[in-house]
Amino acid sequence: MEEQAKLPDLTEAERKALEELMPDEMSEIITSGIKRRHFLKLFAVTGASLLAAHLLGIEQLMARSAPIEQQAPVFIENGINISFKVNGSPQHLMVDSRMTLLDTLRERLNLTGSKKGCDHGQCGACTVIVDDRRVLSCLTLAATCEDKKVTTIEGLATGNELHPMQASFIKHDGFQCGYCTPGQICSAVALMDEAKNGEASYVTANVRNKNKSIKLSDEEIRERMSGNICRCGAYPNIVDAIREVHGDKAVAQVWQFADGTI
Amino acid sequence: MRPFKYSTAPDPATAIGLVSANPTAKYLGGGTNLVDLMKEDVMRPAELVDVSRLKYAKIEKKGSGVSIGATATNAFTANDDLIRENYPLLAMAILAGASAQIRNMATNGGNLNQRTRCSYFYDVNMPCNKREPGTGCGALHGVNKNHAIFGWSEKCVATYPSDMAVALAALNAVVQVEGVNNTKRSIPFADFHRLPGDHPELDNNLKQGEFITSIDLPANKFAEKSYYLKIRERSSYAFALVSVAAALVTDGNKIKEVRIALGGVAHKPWRASVAEQWLIGKHATEANFKAAAAAELKNAQPLQHNKYKVALAAKAIIRALEGAMQGGAYGTMEADSTSKN
Repeated sequence: MEEQAKLPDLTEAERKALEELMPDEMSEIITSGIKRRHFLKLFAVTGASLLAAHLLGIEQLMARSAPIEQQAPVFIENGINISFKVNGSPQHLMVDSRMTLLDTLRERLNLTGSKKGCDHGQCGACTVIVDDRRVLSCLTLAATCEDKKVTTIEGLATGNELHPMQASFIKHDGFQCGYCTPGQICSAVALMDEAKNGEASYVTANVRNKNKSIKLSDEEIRERMSGNICRCGAYPNIVDAIREVHGDKAVAQVWQFADGTI
Repeated sequence: MRPFKYSTAPDPATAIGLVSANPTAKYLGGGTNLVDLMKEDVMRPAELVDVSRLKYAKIEKKGSGVSIGATATNAFTANDDLIRENYPLLAMAILAGASAQIRNMATNGGNLNQRTRCSYFYDVNMPCNKREPGTGCGALHGVNKNHAIFGWSEKCVATYPSDMAVALAALNAVVQVEGVNNTKRSIPFADFHRLPGDHPELDNNLKQGEFITSIDLPANKFAEKSYYLKIRERSSYAFALVSVAAALVTDGNKIKEVRIALGGVAHKPWRASVAEQWLIGKHATEANFKAAAAAELKNAQPLQHNKYKVALAAKAIIRALEGAMQGGAYGTMEADSTSKN
C-alpha cells in the first residue's frame, strides 16, 4: 500500500486491472513503470477483448511512466537561430539547417499533433498554417520560419472549445484511424479563408470570374483538399464536415449509435 | 540529409554573389522540389541561399503585358486579378499543378527551376545520367510508361513535370535573369529549358548563380479562348500523363492565331508548332483539329511502354482546342464531368 502512494493518480480500477492480469509484476510496474515485456505478457495472458477493456487505463499508465523531456539535440551542424510564433507563443530555438518545421514542432516543441506521413510532400498529414496559408511542414526548413506565425492542430481550439472544423469532423465521423486528421483539419481551416478570398481552383468553372466569398461545390471541396490523402477513405465524411462549416446550414449526420441515438 | 550552410540573402546582389562563387550552392525558394531531392540524397548542395524573401514578389503591368515576380508564390500568381483576367490559361495551368499546400509554398522562379525527373532519377540505386553523368539511363529500356515521346536522347528520356511552364511556353513568356556584376539578360521561354542531348544533367540554360527576377508575359488576345487540359491517372494531385495548353484567336470561325504546348511528353514544355502552322487560316472544326494533332504526333517517337501517349496526346490536343473554343470553362471538356455535383 505504501507503494501506491508513489502514483497517487493511479485509479483504483486501473490498479485492480493490472493486479488481476499480472499479479507478479504489479510491484515492479508501480516502482519502475510499465515496460515492453509487461505489455507483451499482457497480450500473452489476456484475450484481445479483455485487453481492450483495460487498454484505456493502461495507456494512461504508460503515458505517465515515460515523461517526455525537452532537451536540445546533442549535436547541431550549421546551427541557425530562429524566433517565430507557434500557436501564439514566441519560440526561440537553435536548429540544424537540415531540420524541417515538422521535426521542430514534434521533436523540439513537443507538438506531436502534426503527423509525419510520407515526409516527402505527397500525403498532407504534416499540413500546418504558416502566415495564414496552409503549407507542408515536412518540406519547410525550420530555418526559413524566422518571424513567421505558425498554427498547428494544437492551436485551433479556444480552451476547451473546439474549433468549428474540429467539431464538425467529429460530428460527421471524418476519420477512421485519425492519422491524417490534424493535416486534414488544418487544410480545411485554411480552405475556408481561400474560399472567402474568392480564390480559384482547377475545377472552377471560369477563372476569369473573380467573385469573393464563393460557394464551394462538393467537387470544388474534393479538388481543393486533394493534397490531403486519407488511407482509411473517409473522404465522403470529410467533405460533409467541411460543407457544414463552409455552408450556412447544418449538414445531416449520417451515422448513429447502435441504440439509435446520435 | 547531408549538412549544408544556410543563409538568407539581404539583397539580390549578395545572393547572386554567394551562389556564383560556390558551384555547390543553390538558391532556395519554396523548397518543394529541392528539399525533397535533398532528403532522397539525389541533390547534395553544400550551401543554400534563401531567396524567398527578396522583393521580387510583385505582379504588375509592364508595357502592354504583365510581369510576374520570381519570388511570388504559385498560389498568389494564379489568383492575381491581372493574371486571371488577361492570362486565364496561366491561372488554370498553375491550379492544375501539385496541391494547394505546395502552390502556397512554391515560387515562380522555383517552378521553372524544378528538376526534369523520373523515378530512376529519384532512386539513387539506379543508373541515371541526369543524376550521375555517365552511369547510363535506367529508363531507356526500363519501365518507361511515364516518359518522353518527343525530343529524348539515348542519355535521358525523362519528362518535365511543371504545368505552369506549359502555359508559359504557349504564351511566349520571357524569363528575366540577373547574374554577377548586375549583368541582365532576357531568355525567350522556348530557349529557357533544354532537351537532354548529351547533357541531361542540365535542365535549363541558366549559368551557376544566375537568378530569375521575373517572367514577362507579352500582351495577347487569347483570354477569351484558352484552355489547359491535364490528363492524369487520378483526377487531382498527380503529374500529367499528357497536358495541353491551347489558345486561339479567331475571326468568325477562321483561326487567326493559335498556340498549343504539351506537357508530360518531353524533357521540356513541347510547343506543337507543326499543329499550330497547320491550323493557321483554317476553320476551327473538329476535323481540322484532328488533322493538326495527327500532323504533330506523326513525329512522336514513343518508347516501349508509352505508345499510348501518342494517341492520348492527339486526342488531348483536339479536346483542349475545343475547350478553348468554348471559352475555357472547366467541365465542358472533362470526361468525368458526370461526377459533378
